Amino acid sequence: MIRLDAVGKRYPPGIDALVDVSVEIADGELVVLAGHSGAGKSTLLRLIAAIELPTRGAVLVNGQNLSKLKRRAVPYLRRNLGLIFQDQKLLFDRSVFDNVMLPLAIAGFAPAEAKRRVQAALDKVGLLAREKALPIMLSGGEQQRLAIARAVVGRPGIVLADEPTAHLDTETAADVARIFLEFQQVGTTVLVATYDNALFPSARRLRLDHGHLL
Amino acid sequence: MRIWLLNHRNAIVLALRRLTVAPLNSLLSTLAIGIALALPAGGELLLANAAKLSAGMAAPAQISVFMDLQADQRTVAETDKQLRQHAGVKTVRFVSRQETLARMRAKEGLAEVIDMLPTNPFPDAFIVGPGDDQPQAMEALAAELRRLRHVEHVQLDSAWIRRLDAAMRLARMLVASLAGLLGLGLVAIAFNTIRLQIVSGRAEIEVSRLLGATDGYIGRPFQYFGFLQGLAGGAAAWLMVTGIAWWLHAPVADLAQAYGMEFILQPLAASDSAVLLAVAAALGWLGATLSLRQYLRGA
Repeated sequence: MIRLDAVGKRYPPGIDALVDVSVEIADGELVVLAGHSGAGKSTLLRLIAAIELPTRGAVLVNGQNLSKLKRRAVPYLRRNLGLIFQDQKLLFDRSVFDNVMLPLAIAGFAPAEAKRRVQAALDKVGLLAREKALPIMLSGGEQQRLAIARAVVGRPGIVLADEPTAHLDTETAADVARIFLEFQQVGTTVLVATYDNALFPSARRLRLDHGHLL
Repeated sequence: MRIWLLNHRNAIVLALRRLTVAPLNSLLSTLAIGIALALPAGGELLLANAAKLSAGMAAPAQISVFMDLQADQRTVAETDKQLRQHAGVKTVRFVSRQETLARMRAKEGLAEVIDMLPTNPFPDAFIVGPGDDQPQAMEALAAELRRLRHVEHVQLDSAWIRRLDAAMRLARMLVASLAGLLGLGLVAIAFNTIRLQIVSGRAEIEVSRLLGATDGYIGRPFQYFGFLQGLAGGAAAWLMVTGIAWWLHAPVADLAQAYGMEFILQPLAASDSAVLLAVAAALGWLGATLSLRQYLRGA
């Protein structure tokens, strides 16, 4: 469960990215974070992933107040999160397989089990045939699917995605959306920030406007 | 536990790969570390050899005890007995005044001068070999012998020992401060190498952190890298010093022979070699750790 209590985030020199945001997202929910560019969607996701801390209020993930989390404990919080970034943050010096392997290597999976999981994740996003390719050889849509495979290979309880369908054509975007729905169906909490109103028409929507939750 | 070992094995593999991926860089760093360490290691080699050499020469350290001219035979015999019974005395050799006179007369030009003298000017003397040839012990023994009856003069033939001792102590301090400075240099080299690696691998570090990597996981390959590079530098230093010792072996033996001595230049002792490698590896690891701490705290 994710809970935000009167959360504010102010960047120097006094720019408010989020103002008094309170919201609760239940386990297994798929929630769309909507709003114009600069509305505070990415900031909200970064707060939930403990990449940044709020300047006011509290962010709770599974009952843990992230502001009170020790520096040492942050990695273990992140292992339960699947993060998909706007700029994807793929490592271009290693293969598709090794990119997806990274979270499992970090979590200390045994190699045989890890390999099985990587292949399952790649299969799910339709990239199994390209496991030996370098990310640079993939199309934009394939790179996006690779980022998704890396985010979910560790079977996290929560998936946070920032504009996962940006720069994708409608058809590819629909493919990506379908993958998120499949995760929700197996009980994963999914929070997707997107400006695309056509995506997930039946999902609960949180609309941000200049840092305020409408 | 198995996963922990696996993590370490992966980190070592990664560190080795980083060492071999830029062989020229690694070689140059290793060389720089090696030269920095070869200087104090070479100094230690010279010191160890000099200590052995001076230990071999300290054996004839002796104290000369001169009686006064009034001492009669009975007094001399008594002193002889006292000397031989003294706990701090190892050897005693009596040189009678007649013996000295005869020896001096045998010297060219001295015979006439001596014949002109009304009496034998030389005193009875003892050459005493101390049990303990440390400068302080000899000094104490000489002071004690000065207090014996009818002893006119006690001469300590250990001034050169003191000089040698002081010189050795100075050399040892120089080598120690050299080792300290160059060790600091090694830490700086490791610090900088790791900093450059961190900068070039920043994307990977950032992504790893977002995927839940601990500081330990991120830092481990770098620490192993520092450790291995230090170790390689230590090995390079050992090779340099051993090579030079081997190269100097024959000339040193020739020089020693020219002075009528038998001396073989010994290579670094096994314990010194082990210390060299251990210190090099530890300093490399330290440099890497400091570099990581600076980066990880700042990020």
